[in-house]
Amino acid sequence: MPAAKPAYTVDTVTDLVQPHQVHRDVYTDPDVFRLEMKHLFANAWVFVGHDSQTPNKGDYYTTQIGDQPVIQVRHTNGEICVLYNRCPHKGTKIAIDRTGNTGKFFRCPYHAWSFKTDGCLLAIPLKKGYEGTGLDKTENGQGMKAVGAVRNYRGFIFARLADEGISFEDYFGASLSSLDNMVDRSPAGRLEVAGPPLRYMHQCNWKMLVENQTDTCHPMVAHESSAGTAVKIFEDMDWPEDKPKPMAMEIIAPFMSPYEFFENMGIRTWPNGHGHTGVHHSIHSDYSAIPGYLEQMVEAYGEDKAKEILGENRHNTVYFPNIMIKGPIQQLRNFIPLGPDKTLVESYIYRLVDAPDQLLARTAMYNRLINAPTSMVGHDDLEMYERAQEGLAADGMEWVNVQRLYEEGEDFDHEAVENGTTERQMRNQFNAWVKFMSPQPATDKAEAAE
Amino acid sequence: MSFPSRDDLIDFIYDEARMLDEGRFSEWLELWMPEGIYWMPLDYKQTDPDCVTSLLYEDQFMLRLRVERLNGARTFSQKPKSRCHHVIQRPFVDVMDAEANRYVTNTSMHYVETRLDDQFLLAITATHELCVEGGKIRIANKRVDLLNSDAAFGNIQLLP
Ligand code: FES
Ligand SMILES: [Fe+2]
Repeated sequence: MPAAKPAYTVDTVTDLVQPHQVHRDVYTDPDVFRLEMKHLFANAWVFVGHDSQTPNKGDYYTTQIGDQPVIQVRHTNGEICVLYNRCPHKGTKIAIDRTGNTGKFFRCPYHAWSFKTDGCLLAIPLKKGYEGTGLDKTENGQGMKAVGAVRNYRGFIFARLADEGISFEDYFGASLSSLDNMVDRSPAGRLEVAGPPLRYMHQCNWKMLVENQTDTCHPMVAHESSAGTAVKIFEDMDWPEDKPKPMAMEIIAPFMSPYEFFENMGIRTWPNGHGHTGVHHSIHSDYSAIPGYLEQMVEAYGEDKAKEILGENRHNTVYFPNIMIKGPIQQLRNFIPLGPDKTLVESYIYRLVDAPDQLLARTAMYNRLINAPTSMVGHDDLEMYERAQEGLAADGMEWVNVQRLYEEGEDFDHEAVENGTTERQMRNQFNAWVKFMSPQPATDKAEAAE
Repeated sequence: MSFPSRDDLIDFIYDEARMLDEGRFSEWLELWMPEGIYWMPLDYKQTDPDCVTSLLYEDQFMLRLRVERLNGARTFSQKPKSRCHHVIQRPFVDVMDAEANRYVTNTSMHYVETRLDDQFLLAITATHELCVEGGKIRIANKRVDLLNSDAAFGNIQLLP
């Protein structure tokens, strides 16, 4: 019998990444997953939610950062706090429902310890039972624990679990231009969440989903059955040339674009694992204009700036480690890791404040046509991921190839724009994966001192 | 038939379920009025189909695409094909308005879908808006509410 292989540690896990390939254990091994949750998801800045999900004081929303249960809550001072969803007494989750309003304080449903909405301990019933016990000197006696750092960037809430580490600005850098473009598309410069997210369960590793966001060599293959059939049916329909195409066709047909289209659209990578497809154009470029919208934008920003904002048609922007946004249609997908082979995808859409509803209607249609558990496009994507998860069990070959348009000595610390079919963004993600397995220098502290 | 009886309407709902269970999807498309919409809301008791995401909100173009895709040679998520099974409770006939040619039924169902080693159950309420056209009962609109519409699902590939 072969000896059991030793468990991975922070030091050995990084051997699983080579410049042009990654070991299959990064997708399948429970120890690797545990290390990702403890280190990678603690050192990185991770998306939590949107501030319009908690508009009023006391509003809260529960979610996860990696495998950590957290609460996003609007504190009495109007700021957003992110707290671990765990009572400091015996561990009971403080908030069980997905959203709600807790008023001025949280009250644990088990023994009624209560906490201000920034987590500070407010009161304990029958407090004299703790007199002289030293509770006030324990961590538990302080209240609910807050995460290391929180940043509200134009309505999008990100958090870093680690107390010290890279600052928000250093972590995201120039990649924030994609979020800016998404928000700037509102004449008021503001987004609002529109309804609940689609929730789609995948029996595969979270990184397969993130990698697929910039995988431009799969749509015309994996989605031929939906997009290709749509094009064929439409051709049979004798649609009058001058009549606008059905919205569904505008959305689904570009998935059948030829390789050349995707090669020319370009991929940009930024440091720390962020990147996007659609530098020059994208599958969102040719959507019909919505009456009245351009005029509203020109009024809000002036003609040049309005055209600049709307001229940017980035396709998918990956914010490492685990979200993707589509600026032109105001969609965000959160790839929530639940286990080495289990990932929950939540797909949100946002209303452009002060813009016509038709834009949101198109976004809602995109969301259900492409990213729903009932979506034909989603069906084939999920099939590919789950087949890959199963296929990786094959011992005949242990490495997964990410070599398309690879060049020796790639430097991910500088922004780059390349051929749109490169797998460079996947390599960029793995480069960041290795980096954030270890704590990063505390640029936050330095800023505070300035 | 120009004025269906209560039994005609109820039989129609049973026949439709059987058609879906037997995979007779092209025949099923023939049941629809050209403007008919199949709606499966995402939010419990959702009222807005346009500006809030739904699971399905599909016109005849999209439904036809679904049916043709199921038979395609490169439909990877349908190798092998899914099968489904409806167990339905006797439909309520909520509206019977012969003058307006509008009939509404409300039907509780257990819907089971299976493929390979996976099988799942959805508890659903289907609301059919029906009418008579060319002497036959047709579907003007169909709304399918999932009891657990807010839960996370894997692939739901056929049409409950
Ligand atoms: S567990 Fe929360 S008060 Fe006891
Ligand atoms: Fe895809």
